[in-house]
Amino acid sequence: MSRRYDSRTTMFSPEGRLYQVEYAMEAIGNAGTCLGILASDGIVLACEKRITNKLLDEIFETEKLYRLSADMVCSVAGITSDANILVNELRHIAQRYQLQYQEPMPCEQLVSQLCDIKQTYTQFGGKRPFGVSLLYAGWDPHYGLQLYQSDPSGNFSGWKATCIGANNAQAMSTLESEFKEGITLEDAVPLAIKIMHKIMDQNKLTAEKLELATVTRSDDKTKMTIIPREKLEKLISEREKLAAAEKQK
Amino acid sequence: MDFSIGIKGQDYVILAEDMNAAHSIILNQQDHTKMLDLNDHLLLARTGELGDGVQCAEYLQKNIQLYQLRNGYEMRSNAAANYIRKYLADSIRSQEPMNVNILLAAYDTISKEPQLYYIDYMGSMATVPFAAHGHGALFSLGIIDRYYSRSMSRDEALSVLKKCIVELKKRFIVNYTSFNVQVVDSQGIHQLDRIVA
Repeated sequence: MSRRYDSRTTMFSPEGRLYQVEYAMEAIGNAGTCLGILASDGIVLACEKRITNKLLDEIFETEKLYRLSADMVCSVAGITSDANILVNELRHIAQRYQLQYQEPMPCEQLVSQLCDIKQTYTQFGGKRPFGVSLLYAGWDPHYGLQLYQSDPSGNFSGWKATCIGANNAQAMSTLESEFKEGITLEDAVPLAIKIMHKIMDQNKLTAEKLELATVTRSDDKTKMTIIPREKLEKLISEREKLAAAEKQK
Repeated sequence: MDFSIGIKGQDYVILAEDMNAAHSIILNQQDHTKMLDLNDHLLLARTGELGDGVQCAEYLQKNIQLYQLRNGYEMRSNAAANYIRKYLADSIRSQEPMNVNILLAAYDTISKEPQLYYIDYMGSMATVPFAAHGHGALFSLGIIDRYYSRSMSRDEALSVLKKCIVELKKRFIVNYTSFNVQVVDSQGIHQLDRIVA
């Protein structure tokens, strides 16, 4: 029945749904997880890497994390080639703003402008929506540190903690119980590892498969720090010890 | 034949401008306001082609208001100044350049600093403690150089302004009957008494 209404992106179904948009979100539901937590002194982004063939040549520092401007970074979940287009567009938007106003683009404005573009693919043109959800972490002088999430429909919202990609529902329910207001980065990073460990239970969590970055403010500058592999290995083994101890109880 | 002048203090910026609206040798109006509030903390004084000035100032004002409506906060003074500068820089490179010179008085509510921007019709911009546009600038800048200090009070700034006006009355060929004076501070934009030459 829905077959009739799902091949054209620009058609509503009789039940008032946009099937192409929903199918795009399905695609993301099978992609590598991205988790974001907004702490009082920084933001942590944890991503599951899917492409881990040892023959791969490391040209880029990160697979899922991208720097958008001096004050914003994002992580992506979904079709990588679609993500590349969107990240490129985000960088253009941010630089165009900077050219005109000679100040870094405020976070919400950047997210909002990209989402307006994503929305057009759900309303006209006949092209399919982008199969990407993004998490944005950044700082601006209006609202300080912020975490946003956007999806193929062009909707976005601000979050204290959120998750996209595979097993995001499980991660969200854990976050709902474990996230505490005023959490610091020192506690948020192990919490992120804990959740990634939990949801990647099927395929064991290793430092190879994880990308973790923190966004902080110091000396009037925004810093994105990618946690090095050794530190990740240490954090993961600490988490495994704790998990084993909890199991024994 | 316009004249605009701005003086920045510790926590305020005073802008004054002549009130003549003239075309060639005809003086159409002697109480014409050429200053516009762009938002609660941005004041623009324009000199140059009258029609261009209105088009330009209103367009900038509406866009700055739109930014505020879209985003929920005012455009910051530095962002607004650069936006105006780019608008004029693009204009001079178009088929119909705007012949408008601008003095922008601003108070940035985030950094809590007053700011005075000198922007000319070609899109050059400078952040200055005091500035003037027009022929009157040749007479005024030397006087302000002599008496200006960053810590001067508003009354002191106004008296320096009056010294400039006295000099213009004496030595400048164009007769300015009165000057519109406004001040921008943390509380917003305020109208001061007109100075009658």
